[in-house]
Amino acid sequence: MAETPKPPAQATIEWPPAGRRRLIGQRISRLDGPAKASGRAKYSYDVNRPGMLHAKLVFSTQARARITAIDTSAAEKMPGVRAIHLILQPGAEVRWVGQEILALAADTEEQARDAARAVKISYEPLPHLVADVPPEQAGTERVQQLREQTEGDPDAGLQQADVIFEGEYGCAVITHCCLEAHGQVAEWNEDNLTVWASTQNVSGLAPQFAQGLQAAGIPVQASQVRVLTPVMGGGFGSKFAADTWGVACAALARKAGRPVKLMLERDHELLAAGSRPSMYARVRVGAKRDGTLTVWHSESWGTGGPSAAGTPNLPYVIGAGRNPVLPKRSRHTAVFTDIGPARAWRAPNHPQMCLITMCALDDLAAKLQMDPLDFFLKNLQYTERPEVYREELLKAADLIGWREKWRPREEALRAKGPVKRGLGLSLHTWGGRGHNSTCQVTIHPDGSVEVAIGSQDLGTGTRTVIGIVAAETLGLPLEAVTVKIGSNEYPPSGASGGSTTVGGVSSSTRDAATNALNQLLAKVAPALGVPAEQLEAREGRIQVKDDPSRNLSWKQACARLGTTPITASGQTQASLISSGVGGVQMAEVAVDVETGIVRVEKMVAVQDCGLIIDLKTAESQCYGAMIMGICYALYEEKIMDQLTGHCLNPDMEFYKLAGIGDIGELVVHMMTGPRYEERGVIGLGEPPVISPGAAISNAVANAIGVRVPYLPLTPDRVLAALEAKGGAV
Amino acid sequence: MAEQPKREKTPRGGGNGLSRRDFLKGTGAAVSAGVLVTEDLLRAQTQRTSPVVGPGPVPVTLRINGQPRQLTVEPRTTLLDALRNHLDLTGAKKVCDRGTCGACTVLLDGRAIYACTMLAIDAARGQEITTIEGLAPQEQLHPVSAAFVEHDAQQCGFCTPGFVMAAVAYLRENPNPTYEQVTHALGGNLCRCGTYMGVRHAVVEAALRGKGGRS
Ligand code: FES
Ligand code: FES
Repeated sequence: MAETPKPPAQATIEWPPAGRRRLIGQRISRLDGPAKASGRAKYSYDVNRPGMLHAKLVFSTQARARITAIDTSAAEKMPGVRAIHLILQPGAEVRWVGQEILALAADTEEQARDAARAVKISYEPLPHLVADVPPEQAGTERVQQLREQTEGDPDAGLQQADVIFEGEYGCAVITHCCLEAHGQVAEWNEDNLTVWASTQNVSGLAPQFAQGLQAAGIPVQASQVRVLTPVMGGGFGSKFAADTWGVACAALARKAGRPVKLMLERDHELLAAGSRPSMYARVRVGAKRDGTLTVWHSESWGTGGPSAAGTPNLPYVIGAGRNPVLPKRSRHTAVFTDIGPARAWRAPNHPQMCLITMCALDDLAAKLQMDPLDFFLKNLQYTERPEVYREELLKAADLIGWREKWRPREEALRAKGPVKRGLGLSLHTWGGRGHNSTCQVTIHPDGSVEVAIGSQDLGTGTRTVIGIVAAETLGLPLEAVTVKIGSNEYPPSGASGGSTTVGGVSSSTRDAATNALNQLLAKVAPALGVPAEQLEAREGRIQVKDDPSRNLSWKQACARLGTTPITASGQTQASLISSGVGGVQMAEVAVDVETGIVRVEKMVAVQDCGLIIDLKTAESQCYGAMIMGICYALYEEKIMDQLTGHCLNPDMEFYKLAGIGDIGELVVHMMTGPRYEERGVIGLGEPPVISPGAAISNAVANAIGVRVPYLPLTPDRVLAALEAKGGAV
Repeated sequence: MAEQPKREKTPRGGGNGLSRRDFLKGTGAAVSAGVLVTEDLLRAQTQRTSPVVGPGPVPVTLRINGQPRQLTVEPRTTLLDALRNHLDLTGAKKVCDRGTCGACTVLLDGRAIYACTMLAIDAARGQEITTIEGLAPQEQLHPVSAAFVEHDAQQCGFCTPGFVMAAVAYLRENPNPTYEQVTHALGGNLCRCGTYMGVRHAVVEAALRGKGGRS
């Protein structure tokens, strides 16, 4: 995804310098805001086609079992049932509750649900493991030790340490819980398939559908599959694939000869449509008496369901720098369980690595009797960007009032009354280099402009960013540009994952718009009597750079095109983008030591992301990420029952998200200006969601004088930690 | 500490004065409550009106956005499914389908309700149903919607119509709310993208402009 794009043919393409930007970097409302806020936007879930059937899935009720029989005879006779599609055959093994076995379509949603209930599946149960246990309790066939990472001399590092802290940390499996469930509407027109899919991957879905349908005996090629996603209701890393339900939906539509809608029910969404792996670690970390770190040791493990979820890189941020190297030894073991598959969850592995690292370091600072702010400042030489983190730490400290408010752990706990307050901080990083994107800009003779990219807007503001860059480049107001995304009939663009979209689409749009403008300037240069290089597009005019009084209005200029529009394409430009950001977050919490309830009072995020295209939607990304972070820090957990193998909370009452009253005061500060902007555009979706868990956990430790080792920081865990320490004061 | 704000001030459990949360308080049997609420509503319905309807599809007339709309639905069809599947009014979203998230919020005689917790046949007694489509004429934006756009109180936008409807209903009753009151009033709606900061600002500003409740 992050291959370096080809160098441009001509002069290196650039962003306009700071003083020349009219739109880039301003606070601009999202283009699709009115459609969404008025309920007119049509999501995949909202697509109703003439004659459309409704489909439901039958999924495994066993965590691990062999299917011995599938009896659809009763369902077939139910009123309204039009088609049944087997996803698994008798004899197949199911590996989690929620694994799809078959799909069926009926005239109404109620009929489809009745028919799904009438299907009888027989199983031969097999032993399952859904408990989130350490490797030694999982059994050898269920663990895989991944690469051991060693740097420097970790044994010498232990020798050099004056103080060593040992602790255990971790966070539970959580789910994506997109509010628009996974799913789609599929419709055939002869041999051509149209899919209204709720996807993060408009340009990449057609081959997946073709492959899946071919395997199901339906011959179709990628070129015959049209994918449409004008808007979508959240993905967070869980919506890159056609998925079994996508293929099943298209197969049902084929069999029934009618369009079919198949959206997952909420329980299925939470059981099977994506989760974030757990991660736990036993850590030993040492430092000199002055706070300088000398060593990191960790043994970590976690489960991502039936497959390993990648090797974490511990420690995180601190210890990632190369000069000097922090001696370390870290080992990770994957535990395979029957809880359902993991999917990329916003900043895969980072929130977990961040939690383990920042909490262990915070505990070490407490043992050293150091203010963690000083401790982290002292060890920034072990990061990849000490100057950025220093500036961000000081800024964040200023915004939350760290120097005035921070108290050592013991002192905070001695505060009067049951409510204790504390402060915590955390550092994070992310890459965010733009993906490969292609863009086409069309300038019509009547002056109208279209920008087309086979990308998608997950709610991050992609559509608006494209419009801003095109309008800026062409010297036009934002309203003069029509942005077309959300279809694989537009020029292909990468999937929206890993904060790669903004760099991809902004640079391909800048490139395409520049190319289109150059063609227009060449056309009108004779009329203005100067070479095209001496012309520029500004404020709705084509004008001579040194003598703006010699100009044509945009409309006049475009009228000179006669009857042929200009089309120009562009692609991701390395000169316009970069990767690698640093961010700092600080949290202030209030913990009631009698009830164990944690409340976030205030959180501050200080974040860099290079050149910001739209400050308003950029800030929204940070606010949203902090709130998502509060959710996983305090509430979210996919709770599994080892006895039955079932998930106990596949619904939104007991799979808790923060409500509007749970978030406290949030402050976002974007690092902008010189030294940041010249790096070009860098993605922002992931970084601010990484630190909240660690910052909040550290704040709770500061408030109550003891570490609550695992997220989410639920009242029972808080009370148990206090109890283990011997109660509150 | 830190008294936990009440999640919801106005019950939204449908037309029987039975709020979903009141109901949960009463039973403590939350896992199957989705079904129980529906049954309870049905019972209440049959006590008030005979004859018994169903189980097959029955014709009903719903008054939606000022217009009578005729449709044929099974008695168990929720108001939300009737709107979305039968009338193509898809502004109200289906997310939890059991009265937790508020994405399906519509107005019933001006009060915000969860359309997923009410049966269509129960909403067919002449009550005035307002969906987000009925807030403003095509091409125009209700002031609350406009404030949501201005304050970027939406990302993916899937929760947004529910928030807008809850805010409209609340502002009609409480035209001058404080920031804290808004925070309490909208506790019955959930957002996954994390737009609460924008929502607070949007609702307070819509109120300040004094147009919140009137369309
Ligand atoms: S869909 Fe009705 S409250 Fe969630
Ligand atoms: S904006 Fe996406 S769920 Fe609220």
